Amino acid sequence: MEFSTFVFYFFAAVLIFAGLRVITARNPVHAVLFLVLAFFSASGIWILLSAEFLAITLVMVYVGAVMVLFLFVVMMLDIDFARLREGFWKYLPIGVAVGVLLTIEMGLVLVGAFGGKEMPAAAATITSQSKPFECTSNICELGRVLYTDYAYPFELAALVLLVAMVAAVSLTLRRRSGAYADKRIPPEAQVVVRHEDRMILVKMASEKEMSEEPAAPTGTRSGGTQ
Amino acid sequence: MNFDVSNLYSATAEIFVAIMVLAIMLATAFARSIARGLAYSFVQITLIVAAFITYFTLDAGNDFAFHNMFVHDQPGGILKMMVYLSMMVALIYGRGYLADRKLDRPEYYLLSLLSTLGMMVMITANHLLVLYIGLEMMSLSLYALVAFDRDAVRSTEAGMKYFVLGALASGLLLYGMSMIYGATGGSLELPAVKEAVLGAKNGNMTMVLLFGIVFLVAGISFKLGVAPFHMWVPDVYQGSPTAVTLILSSAPKLAAFALAMRLLVGALPDLAGQWQSMLLFVAAASIVLGNFAALAQHNIKRMLAYSGISHMGFMLLGLLSGGGTGYSSAMFYVIAYALMTLAAFGMVVLLSREGFEAENIGDFKGLNRRSPWFALLMLFVMFSMAGIPFFVGFFAKFSVLQAVIHAGHLWIAVLAVIMSLIGAFYYLRVVKFMYFDEPVNNTPLKASGELLVMLSLNGMAIALLGLMPGALLKWCAEAMKVAFTVSG
Repeated sequence: MEFSTFVFYFFAAVLIFAGLRVITARNPVHAVLFLVLAFFSASGIWILLSAEFLAITLVMVYVGAVMVLFLFVVMMLDIDFARLREGFWKYLPIGVAVGVLLTIEMGLVLVGAFGGKEMPAAAATITSQSKPFECTSNICELGRVLYTDYAYPFELAALVLLVAMVAAVSLTLRRRSGAYADKRIPPEAQVVVRHEDRMILVKMASEKEMSEEPAAPTGTRSGGTQ
Repeated sequence: MNFDVSNLYSATAEIFVAIMVLAIMLATAFARSIARGLAYSFVQITLIVAAFITYFTLDAGNDFAFHNMFVHDQPGGILKMMVYLSMMVALIYGRGYLADRKLDRPEYYLLSLLSTLGMMVMITANHLLVLYIGLEMMSLSLYALVAFDRDAVRSTEAGMKYFVLGALASGLLLYGMSMIYGATGGSLELPAVKEAVLGAKNGNMTMVLLFGIVFLVAGISFKLGVAPFHMWVPDVYQGSPTAVTLILSSAPKLAAFALAMRLLVGALPDLAGQWQSMLLFVAAASIVLGNFAALAQHNIKRMLAYSGISHMGFMLLGLLSGGGTGYSSAMFYVIAYALMTLAAFGMVVLLSREGFEAENIGDFKGLNRRSPWFALLMLFVMFSMAGIPFFVGFFAKFSVLQAVIHAGHLWIAVLAVIMSLIGAFYYLRVVKFMYFDEPVNNTPLKASGELLVMLSLNGMAIALLGLMPGALLKWCAEAMKVAFTVSG
């Protein structure tokens, strides 16, 4: 066995193990960490395919940014995972039966078609129609294809990101209503303020009769600007 | 590099809409005080101009652009123009409704325009990747629109349901596409897929292709909202603001039809026998389920949702019959359905007012007393949906049934007719409520000028297209003939 084949099987095994643990881990933080492991092993496989730029991007974008965000969310949100798992054992038999059946069928179809054949080299599928210059590096090749042959989907993908942005902002941004909504204090209000506006003195009797209910404390109230 | 300007000519409409999206976004951000009216009128102007551009860039043949990822052909052009029209009408109907509920933020119009762009991309896609990106652009905008009434629990719940199920459907579709990609030796362009399928004589590869088609059909069925992938339709239609339901029920159906045409007819015609039998099951199930479930509804939005399921099943019958008549009848059906559903939900919007949602079929009681003209328009819509002669819905059903019988599925034609008869009950129940029952409330109907004019035009279109369906039918037939060079 070649060394690269060995490395491939090693990464593949780790990947499958990590993937399984993501859905079986009881602790959601562990699940996220296993997902990180899965991404690392996937990027290892991509390096074997000599797609080193994609592999690095996977680590930097997914592990570095997305997964960290995931961890934050999982740690901060108080999700009751026990309640989410309530119906787990009830639905498990049906789920397992359907899953096993699907897997067997898919296995039969896919192994029948692709089993024991040499896969076409990955590079062969990205053949650019326009080749003004030769590329040696991964980034160069990707960039050229992305900005020439795939310019249309590339621009469209940018618009999809715009959709996500507009949607997220319009669904969550709330403008506070009322004065000082943006927590900014207008300087003109600070200049014209008088001490009567800042403090209201309320006269109260120093003693209360026993029969009365204890009143809510209404003492001094400080105004908005300080 | 072979990247010349003439290459972009046929994609002018898409580029124009994309630029306008950005322009409107910036304009509304800087002119906040007039942003609402500005966004609305700019979006309408954009749609009108895009319609003109699409019309004038339409050649007799097929134009390709962006390295064959984009195709501008006759059926695509017609569908795109119908999408603009549906969006325009839906935005006009929904405007007052949204203003009453303080929902007419500029983002609403922006997301509507972005979803229109997604539909245009889907309709003109000639590449699996582009098709998928267009679908996502449309769907993501629609998810956000459904949840747009963010303080209402049912709106956000509907948005969540739609999002989760929609993501699942996208996953199915992508999985199917990856199978096609694998089995055809790495082709993503639709014509290349067609060539590769023709060349595939290997039995095992055909199995993989079939496997992929199963997932494709599932994904398409979800987007069309047909049984057994219809579960989201009634809940989402009911939960989203009626103005959004208007959008949801009309233009995306046209785009989903284009998706089905491009994927199944455009790329996989050699496996037609396989996907036709899958669609046959889907169509029959939707017609039966849609009509029976609609009988039991008291909520008009749910009733129209189930009726939409049965209509989409009917449309699929045309699609699976194959041949020129089949495809053009399906296209005619989906256009007619878009017109009818717009008018139907337009009436629901009309009956709603500030703080009141006209959701029950009972709200139509005595509409004739309150406004004979609107009652007459609703009568047109209901008769047309039921398929009563001399409305556009009748000719749509008629041409589909003709194609189905021509293709030799006699029993399914009989089933479809019987189910239409059962369906007529719940359409006519609305008519009965309007004309023979006492009004429950006598609040005068408040319709803005543009709503009145547009709804009247829409109702008249349903009646007139029923009297003179020939032109549109011929248009669809010729477009299909040119684009897919089908015989029959």
